[in-house]
Amino acid sequence: MPPVYRGPFGKAQAERLLWRAGFGPRPGEAERLAKLGLHGAVHSLTHPGPERLRGPKPHDDHGHPLAPFDAWGHDQLWWLDRMVRTTQPLAERMTLVWHDWFATSRDGVDSARLMIRQNKLFRKHALGSFSTLLTEVTRDPAMLLWLSGVDNEKDAPNENYGREMMELFTIGADRGGYTEQDVREQARALTGWRNDWSDTLGPVNFRYDKHRHDPGVKKIFGKKGHFDWRDSCRLCVHHRLHPSFFVTKLWSYFVPTAPPVATRRELERLYVRHGLAVRPVVEAILRHPALYLGPRMVKSPAVYTAGLLRALRRGIDTEAWTWLMSLAGQQLFYPPNVAGWDDTRWLDTATYRARWLIASQAIEKRALKPDKAKLPDDASKLLVRAEAFFGRPALTGQTHSELKRFARRALGDANAKWKKEQYPALIENALRQLLASSPDLQTC
Amino acid sequence: MASSCHHCDEFSRASLVRRTAAEAGRGLPAIEPGMPLPAGTGLDRRAFVARTFGLALSVYGLGKLGLFEEGIARAASGPAQPVLVSVFLPGGADSLSVLYPALDSTYRQLRPTLALDAGAGPVFAEDSRLHWHPSLQPLAALHGEGKVSVLPAVGYTHPDQSHFTSRHFWEVGATDARLSSGWMGRYLDHAGSMDNPLQGLSLDYQLQPALASTKVPVASVAAPEEYSFWAPGVWGDVEQRMLETLGPLGSRRRDPFLNQAAKATAQSDRLRRQLEPFAGHGYGTPVPYPDVEDSFPHQLAGLAAMLAANLPLRCVAITAPGEYDTHSDQPQALADGLDVTARSLLAFQRDLEARGLADRVLTLVWSEFGRRAEENGSDGTDHGAAGSAFLIGTRARGQMVGEFPGVNNLDEDGNLRATADFRGVYCSLLEQWLNEDATAVIPGAGSFSRPLLVK
Repeated sequence: MPPVYRGPFGKAQAERLLWRAGFGPRPGEAERLAKLGLHGAVHSLTHPGPERLRGPKPHDDHGHPLAPFDAWGHDQLWWLDRMVRTTQPLAERMTLVWHDWFATSRDGVDSARLMIRQNKLFRKHALGSFSTLLTEVTRDPAMLLWLSGVDNEKDAPNENYGREMMELFTIGADRGGYTEQDVREQARALTGWRNDWSDTLGPVNFRYDKHRHDPGVKKIFGKKGHFDWRDSCRLCVHHRLHPSFFVTKLWSYFVPTAPPVATRRELERLYVRHGLAVRPVVEAILRHPALYLGPRMVKSPAVYTAGLLRALRRGIDTEAWTWLMSLAGQQLFYPPNVAGWDDTRWLDTATYRARWLIASQAIEKRALKPDKAKLPDDASKLLVRAEAFFGRPALTGQTHSELKRFARRALGDANAKWKKEQYPALIENALRQLLASSPDLQTC
Repeated sequence: MASSCHHCDEFSRASLVRRTAAEAGRGLPAIEPGMPLPAGTGLDRRAFVARTFGLALSVYGLGKLGLFEEGIARAASGPAQPVLVSVFLPGGADSLSVLYPALDSTYRQLRPTLALDAGAGPVFAEDSRLHWHPSLQPLAALHGEGKVSVLPAVGYTHPDQSHFTSRHFWEVGATDARLSSGWMGRYLDHAGSMDNPLQGLSLDYQLQPALASTKVPVASVAAPEEYSFWAPGVWGDVEQRMLETLGPLGSRRRDPFLNQAAKATAQSDRLRRQLEPFAGHGYGTPVPYPDVEDSFPHQLAGLAAMLAANLPLRCVAITAPGEYDTHSDQPQALADGLDVTARSLLAFQRDLEARGLADRVLTLVWSEFGRRAEENGSDGTDHGAAGSAFLIGTRARGQMVGEFPGVNNLDEDGNLRATADFRGVYCSLLEQWLNEDATAVIPGAGSFSRPLLVK
């Protein structure tokens, strides 16, 4: 078995686990999870009870219910709401992992209905068998449209899906796992899918049509046979390089540094021993010392946004999240390309400013009015209040002292009576903004 | 600042809401030659720009000009540097449609449905076998003026047909999957400064990997005139103090990823100060740009305005509009993408010419590969090898680099063979345009022949 973390499991460790395996704690949640100990905490995430959505129901800027199939941007809000309110955070987080792994964009699919259908598929198989998931994804309508599966027929093979299935979903590029000839032969094996077009519903009636399939012999990874699309999937997940690809890629969603070689091998064995099941591998990663002792991770915009809302107990009550998350580099249902989002490049000067705007939007409704709020004229007390506002997240000493210095100096600028009365509220508002956009809260 | 409407404007430029964000003509008019200066100033253009700059600095600095402000001021007042703009066509643009061998019978056999008619696009003057894609009329016109160098088949040996691998090669300037710094980023590491994020500018919502540096700061900004920071319920002295806290919050951290977040904070703070002259004002343009939904022409117009305002830019990267991974529906998708791209690039060139900046800027247009010579039967083409690239500008030599290899001599995968190497092109740009020793930037630079690109 891979190594297991043996250190103390307190609020700080529980908080990190909730961020890595979900969307951060609601107030008090990390404290409660810490009491379960490492194994109990991980088990509660990988074996949650039936899903409930807790907290205020989502609505648009006009107070109307969301219309994810019809209104622009509501697909994203519909999903963000689940991230904020779910009682199964890991399953929801895995749904996001699969959305990135099998990155399909509505830009190419052009149907919210099919995108949400695919999303439900990811949720259903969140912690199940990867082999089943790959098979289901291969015949998923959104994917068939996105990577030209329905254009791939025996007289005109289209390599789009076959190539990405090996490169991005199962084996990986530049590892000597397959040749350009394999790409062409996979395309032939995958032929046969089609759909109809409805003037009212768009693409419908996705099905396998054996007349469009190339029944001839194909040679894939050195094996010969009359392979079809199921064989194509099977050959990929039983490829000698698939387990190492799978565990390394899965690991990267939870820990920012590559797994040690011994750990990687143990995870591969675990994966194969459990018949390509996802849950045991995720459990082992969530118990691994690297998750608790290793460096922090940059939160993706979806995790950052959902986490702020969870901490503030705020539901989806504005459509602004759609464009704000897009500015921050992650519009759900619109990954930049089939390789998904690049987790190494979340932060730059443009996306930093977008996160600043996300923080502003999150706190704006509760901004203090300087003529009404009665706050202490004391930098430390103001900072304690700002931390409590976000459920007292763990802060580094450096950030803590910079924020305190800011509050002290700003209080020192109050050189008139009205300023002495009003500045504490302005400072409290600024502390919330600075705290939410600090390096500490951008990472976990 | 009214936050809600500010947000709408920004949204539109994310090309998410389908409406045009034509804001030309707002503010900062003095950077346009030929337009009247503010009454009574009696200043010439350069003086006004310098004053605009000084004004911004004094507003920010309140008499406390630090090292960084001096850095910008120094960079801005020094001799004008050459600027390189990289325009990426995402997805692998079909080089056999960009410049197509109209009368070649093999081409017609390979492309029974996709072959373009001889009469559709103008003849390419340097090789009459080839025609320009009809949407590339604007580039053909610039080529006629001697301002475009055409690379009809650029690539590298052992071409990789993965989007991500091939694009990565182009971005890092080497066929090395592990190299993580961009080629322009490494150039800036050598020639740039520690206090000027604008030296490497990604006109985008995220950093373009070609600009990824290891030492010096670089910037990413989609709309320069909107780069400011605001917080609800914070103003006056407290707001000023809040903004001053960004720098210290961005100081170095031990944890590598915490430090990454801190670095983004510090660089954003520097960029905020650099762009203060534009914040809330916008910019004007002396020429019309295409009035389309996409933000590309707007961003090029902003780029020209920033150059006119003497902001210290050196390398710029931007993604072209359109989707070039045309496995299906190629004719329409390709025509649409190339159309907006080419018209915008023509407007940008005219803008630079009108502002007297044309001799300072070269624009390289590229894609990660071309596409398979034989069409795939679903109205599209699969991934190929050699692609087309262009170098645009008054200082571009204007002569073809590498010949068209023809469709009768394809490689073993049925793809066009490269007749020019992108790494040689980078070496030439570094040496002939940016005055940098290419061996310091491009791995194995000595082994690539340098085409003559600059006149």
